Amino acid sequence: MAGKAWRSAIVNLLTKLGLSINGKEKLKPQELSRVVGAAKNETPQSRTFIRGIQTVTLIPGDGIGPEISNAVMKIFEAAKAPIRWEERNVTAIRGPGGKWMIPPDAKESMDKNKIGLKGPLKTPIAAGHPSMNLLLRKTFDLYANVRPCVSIEGYQTPYTDVNLVTIRENTEGEYSGIEHVIVDGVVQSIKLITEQASKRIAEYAFEYARNNQRASVTAVHKANIMRMSDGLFLRKCREAAEKYKDVKFTEMYLDTVCLNMVQDPTQFDVLVMPNLYGDILSDLCAGLIGGLGVTPSGNIGANGVAIFESVHGTAPDIAGKDLANPTALLLSAVMMLRHMGLHGHAKKIETACFDTIRDRKVLTKDLGGNSKCSEFTEAICQRMKDMD
Amino acid sequence: MAAHSAVLSASKIINPFWVGRLGNTAKVFGTTLISHRNKTSLTGENIPPPAKYGGRHTVTLIPGDGIGPELLNHVREVFRFTCVPVDFEVVNVNSALETDDDMNNAITAIRRNGVALKGNIETKHTLPASVKSRNNVLRTSLDLYANVMHCQSLPGVQTRHKNIDIMIIRENTEGEYSSLEHESVSGVVESLKIITRNNSLRIADYAFKLARERGRRRVTAVHKANIMKLGDGLFLQCCREVASGYPEITFDSMIVDNTTMQLVSKPQQFDVMVMPNLYGNVVSNVCAGLVGGPGLVPGANYGHVYAVFETATRNTGKSIAEKNIANPTAMLLASCLMLDHLKLNDYASVIRNAVLTTMNETRLHTADLGGQGTTLEVVQSVMRVIQSKGQFTAEL
Repeated sequence: MAGKAWRSAIVNLLTKLGLSINGKEKLKPQELSRVVGAAKNETPQSRTFIRGIQTVTLIPGDGIGPEISNAVMKIFEAAKAPIRWEERNVTAIRGPGGKWMIPPDAKESMDKNKIGLKGPLKTPIAAGHPSMNLLLRKTFDLYANVRPCVSIEGYQTPYTDVNLVTIRENTEGEYSGIEHVIVDGVVQSIKLITEQASKRIAEYAFEYARNNQRASVTAVHKANIMRMSDGLFLRKCREAAEKYKDVKFTEMYLDTVCLNMVQDPTQFDVLVMPNLYGDILSDLCAGLIGGLGVTPSGNIGANGVAIFESVHGTAPDIAGKDLANPTALLLSAVMMLRHMGLHGHAKKIETACFDTIRDRKVLTKDLGGNSKCSEFTEAICQRMKDMD
Repeated sequence: MAAHSAVLSASKIINPFWVGRLGNTAKVFGTTLISHRNKTSLTGENIPPPAKYGGRHTVTLIPGDGIGPELLNHVREVFRFTCVPVDFEVVNVNSALETDDDMNNAITAIRRNGVALKGNIETKHTLPASVKSRNNVLRTSLDLYANVMHCQSLPGVQTRHKNIDIMIIRENTEGEYSSLEHESVSGVVESLKIITRNNSLRIADYAFKLARERGRRRVTAVHKANIMKLGDGLFLQCCREVASGYPEITFDSMIVDNTTMQLVSKPQQFDVMVMPNLYGNVVSNVCAGLVGGPGLVPGANYGHVYAVFETATRNTGKSIAEKNIANPTAMLLASCLMLDHLKLNDYASVIRNAVLTTMNETRLHTADLGGQGTTLEVVQSVMRVIQSKGQFTAEL
């Protein structure tokens, strides 16, 4: 069916069912595609779209974590978002058999709710247990790290008009942690690439592109040097591209991507890559838009689990002083709302946040102002009240 | 090869007193004794291969693929015009072939001449994985352990960041580029990243020596030792050991993802950076992008014995090949680095100044810098500037 006819057919169907999308009559094609995309998938998007209040596991974290989590909760309340928070703490405990794991009540909560929001967790040095982030990743098999990088109007960086998404494979690759000392003075680190994981991340990337109306997916690799490993990754990406003909697929060497990224980031859309390149590139892109204090991030796991987090550190030096910037956690929470299909609330909160930053009247120290965290939060809440 | 190592072991017995006196014998015995002499200095700024045949040097030229051949032709043209006493021995490498004969010829030629200027050789994915990247093979066979790149903001080029002056020293032979991969189980590929104490010490030593020579204040080691504790941990440890011998130079370290973030927000904070192979790839490309693109920055690969010069970002530029739009600056500046290495500093300065004048004053830019000039126009402008400075030149 041709475009307009098809769209109005869907709208009629939905109005017959007593539903409307964002309470609007006239729709943009993207919004409709998003709904259809959501309805097609098995993900929580379709389920929560029609349901009422959704429970989300909240992990405040350490350092500035509790303050920014409070800020986010306050803003969500002011936005009247249908979210109920279930707070849990995550510390490493020794389970039966001596393996390190997260507390069982946290695991239970996550498994039940499927969606989580996490603040920064500190990694104590020489504590004997692996980092908390790594534990969470292993527990819920969080295989994809998604970081949308969009330039923030009002927070000037040398780069404007950045609008790209980095999707990074999060379980294997160079971070497999397998290292040996072969002979004294010779160390070998193993980079593991498996067919399964590559297939999974490639398909996720295309799925994401389709659901979020992104035009193209670029695979970033170094297959000229690492022929077999990145070659396998590339093959899986190519195979996934065959299944998603509506999304354009290109491949580019890591060095070319870096080179072009700092000259013209507007040419990139969705980037998918193995672990190490993803780490470097996602931080590079975060740097383009203003740093980790304003960058949202989401981790997608198997079985529909998704944990959204702020990627900055715990900032122990400003903890408890009401100086923290909640933007990163807030934008991650907005990303979470979109994942759940609550686009209206997501848009409202995001607009309020961006407008407040663009106004430049009430800004936290790292954004160039000298207001407190609570004042910044209040400004956003006020803006949302004014919007209604 | 046996004779080579035999001479080298004999060289340990040869008293330094004899080194200079062996000059004439060097001309008789050829390359074997020369390689012994070049082992004196570590920074690559060592005694060049002696000029043979009437005061002219011979340099191996590997055109490569994409824009390599046309840019190297321009270099030859400029050299001919400026009457530089360098002859080029051209060795072609066909990237489509599976055999290694071409590469072996090229490597032999470089061993013979000691210095090379090359374009990038394409690595075709369609060939089986056993055919390694030829550029990589060249670097490891000749043990060109240090890749040095100097990124400087040029006044004539519009960029988002100003006042960048970073020297990047990248380990060139091991790390992630060891090309050791295997598929132990179907669907599971392992790639080995090797870090050795010797090579890490070597590159750290090179970096600090170079920093001292050039009067630089700070060396930053880039790593990911929080994740790769043993591998990058070893690299960092070696850097620290070497740093203790250079008290006048500040040494610090930074994790690679933080480094890239800092590079795009505040690149002026970096001075000299040293790092293993893969991070070097990323950081050097980011820095090249920051100062204006792949067409501007030259790169040099130094070993104890050999030196190979090329563009810093090693691009084939297939999409712009033979369209007369490529930027010749990087290749011309690389040839100037080569002339400096051969101790032909006067010629190097003349050509370098001409290139920089064209870039900064005449502002004749190619398409990658947003200008309208063609490659040929830029090269001709360079030659005109050289002529106007009163240099003795051939016909234009």
